[in-house]
Amino acid sequence: MEANKKTTIVLFSGDYDKAMAAFIIANGAAAYDHDVTIFFTFWGLNTLRKDGSAPTNKGMLERMFGWMMPRGANKLGLSKMHMAGMGPKMIKHVIRKHNALTLPQLIELAQEQGVKLVACTMTMDLLGLRREELIEDLELGGVATYLGEASDGNVNLFI
Amino acid sequence: MEISMVVDTKGLACPMPIVKAKKAMSGLNAGQIMQVLSTDKGAVNDFTAWVKQTGHELVRHEEDGGVYAFYVRKV
Repeated sequence: MEANKKTTIVLFSGDYDKAMAAFIIANGAAAYDHDVTIFFTFWGLNTLRKDGSAPTNKGMLERMFGWMMPRGANKLGLSKMHMAGMGPKMIKHVIRKHNALTLPQLIELAQEQGVKLVACTMTMDLLGLRREELIEDLELGGVATYLGEASDGNVNLFI
Repeated sequence: MEISMVVDTKGLACPMPIVKAKKAMSGLNAGQIMQVLSTDKGAVNDFTAWVKQTGHELVRHEEDGGVYAFYVRKV
């Protein structure tokens, strides 16, 4: 049997709506029998944060970044119509109304379907995010990991 | 036409219909036919494309009162 096709997505954005689009495409691609990898860099990394508290051995700047950035997929804001937090509440309401999946559900489904999640180590350092603050079941990598996958990707997206 | 499996995705939004269809497909033997039901208005385009890409065969599809039915034979 020939090798599976491949989809790669770079999730740079840390917005609920954009992350949702990324994970819908990832889940669709997995259903297409593609090998799917999502690379999380910059604000996209916040999608992978756990809800709990962060390690304490951080510097002042790292801590400030930690306070200012959303803790996890459910806390992300909207790229449009955020309206000081009203927007995400409304979007979650209509998601339920239309029987669509929320972002945390889409992430869980992606993991279940074997989508590979890779966190960019350079931006983890810049934002002061430690491995233990991020969800389990992910890999760490850099631009070479991304290019290695994207070079034989049939679908490569930057969101 | 003998249907080996029915996958009901009525009321579910994208991407669940194809995700469920894919999962069900892996439980079928070659030659068996699965019926997928969907109420998603994009379903005709979605399933036609999905079946083509995954190499299976869309035997036929029909629509009745907003419910789409797809008959897919596993290759």
